[in-house]
Amino acid sequence: MAKEYRTLHTTVDLPYELAFGATLTRFFDGLSEEKILGTRCPKCGRVLVPARSFCPRCFIDLDQWVEVGQMGTVETWSLVSYRYFGMAKTPPYITALIRLDGADVSLTHLVGGIDLSSLEMVRTHLSIGTRVKAVWAKEKPGSIFDIEYFVPVEADSH
Amino acid sequence: MGRSVAIMGTGQTQHGKRFDVSYPELVKEAVQRALADAGLSPEDIDGVVAGTMPSMMEGVALNHLYLADAMQVVGKPLLKTETCGSTGMSVAHTAFYWVASGMADVVLAVGYEKMYEGDSQATMTTVADPWIQRSFVAGAPGIFAMQSNMWIDRYHIPEDRLREAAAVISQRNHDDAFDNPFAHIKVRVSLDEIMNARIITYPIRRWDVCPNSDGACAVIFMSESRAQQMGRPAAWIKGVGYRGDESYLGDSDKVRWNTAIDAAKEVYQQAGIINPRRELDVAEVYNPFTFMEMLLYECFGFCDFGEAYDLVLQGTFSRGGDLPCDPSGGVLCTNPIGATGLIRVAEAAMQVTGKAGTHQIDGARLALAHAMGGVSQFNGLMILGSDR
Repeated sequence: MAKEYRTLHTTVDLPYELAFGATLTRFFDGLSEEKILGTRCPKCGRVLVPARSFCPRCFIDLDQWVEVGQMGTVETWSLVSYRYFGMAKTPPYITALIRLDGADVSLTHLVGGIDLSSLEMVRTHLSIGTRVKAVWAKEKPGSIFDIEYFVPVEADSH
Repeated sequence: MGRSVAIMGTGQTQHGKRFDVSYPELVKEAVQRALADAGLSPEDIDGVVAGTMPSMMEGVALNHLYLADAMQVVGKPLLKTETCGSTGMSVAHTAFYWVASGMADVVLAVGYEKMYEGDSQATMTTVADPWIQRSFVAGAPGIFAMQSNMWIDRYHIPEDRLREAAAVISQRNHDDAFDNPFAHIKVRVSLDEIMNARIITYPIRRWDVCPNSDGACAVIFMSESRAQQMGRPAAWIKGVGYRGDESYLGDSDKVRWNTAIDAAKEVYQQAGIINPRRELDVAEVYNPFTFMEMLLYECFGFCDFGEAYDLVLQGTFSRGGDLPCDPSGGVLCTNPIGATGLIRVAEAAMQVTGKAGTHQIDGARLALAHAMGGVSQFNGLMILGSDR
């Protein structure tokens, strides 16, 4: 394939207006007020975060609102060290699954506030089971980034 | 199971960076090869099933219009089945169902992707919900790194030995790719290079992760009566299994990964398999990440949970071992995503019909093909055999 073939450089740029619906609207209103809200399923008893309008397993509608803890436990994490177009956050950063106190499922979010200069540094502060606490952004327009990230806390300092 | 169904032809493109062909020309290459392999003409095909990863990977939505000529669908029914990474397996299942139902005798299944034309990880991220997960899943490496770390922690897998086992898997796939004329990445890498390569998303390093590829695959599914008229070796479908999880990654356990475990149980039950490691001759496991490949061995019952790294180091899953996996070089060396799951099916069919060339497993009569997809959400399997 020594020959260079022509290519077309193009983009697809489309506007959308996506409906949150009533339940996610209330969840994101809660974030604006520094509250993390879930809904409880009366059948399986699980507290689901983010709040759901229906239980994905029991398939019944949910209306019992619960405020869950702002602290939680890291269920898993990864140090992201590569880039792609349109990333929400500039690497390096840590993406994680966090089981908030009082919730029965885990939330995807970021772990921050620690030295990300090397994997070794990260691992001195973070492992599976590490306790973390929500750090709120200054501006809270009602998006998942109203929580800036979750920061590891020492076990004895809450 | 419905009527018996056989695979009677497969076609793959040369996978890699294919700027010498447009998207339809790439697809045509696979379809022509499958027809030639089966000894059929386009008019012998009753219906076509097609699929890709998000169509926007190449910037053309619902591309079965664009690719209609390449798939020879004019005047025929066309179905599209898509489940992200497992698209190719879902396409194969759909073709199987179509023929098994008795509604068609000859169905052409086609999977395709031209990943050099877009930004694959950015496109894949649009698969996740726009409110929460899209900002955090960090493409496929982010998701599968989190899943791998959970598995390592759960079973207290020793880090140094696991890293060595991942390197053995990576080197095995890269070496095997040299025996596959269609494979994309053909490089020799040392265990040392693999173990010390730069980190992409911890624990995944440079050689633990698949490439982006341009490529297509086409497979011809045929009813028993038509297949027996062909007078040539057939790959019989012995079972199909497929399961899906909830849409949020944090809603279910991804270590005791039920979609993989239950899809495997279903396919083994249909195929009458009790001990997969002993009974299967070869497996084409969807392995874009070395660590996930080991987790899947455990979910598929090739060994117990927490045991795979040790068996990998003993050579159990290499050629010459109990159950050779991915002798094609696997997804780790070739990943045109919409085609990838169907390539697993094609490779398994080639193995049980003795048509796998220099990567043929001697005497292979029973093979497993697998694909996974979604945000760690879906698993699909198919068992193929030499005997009906």
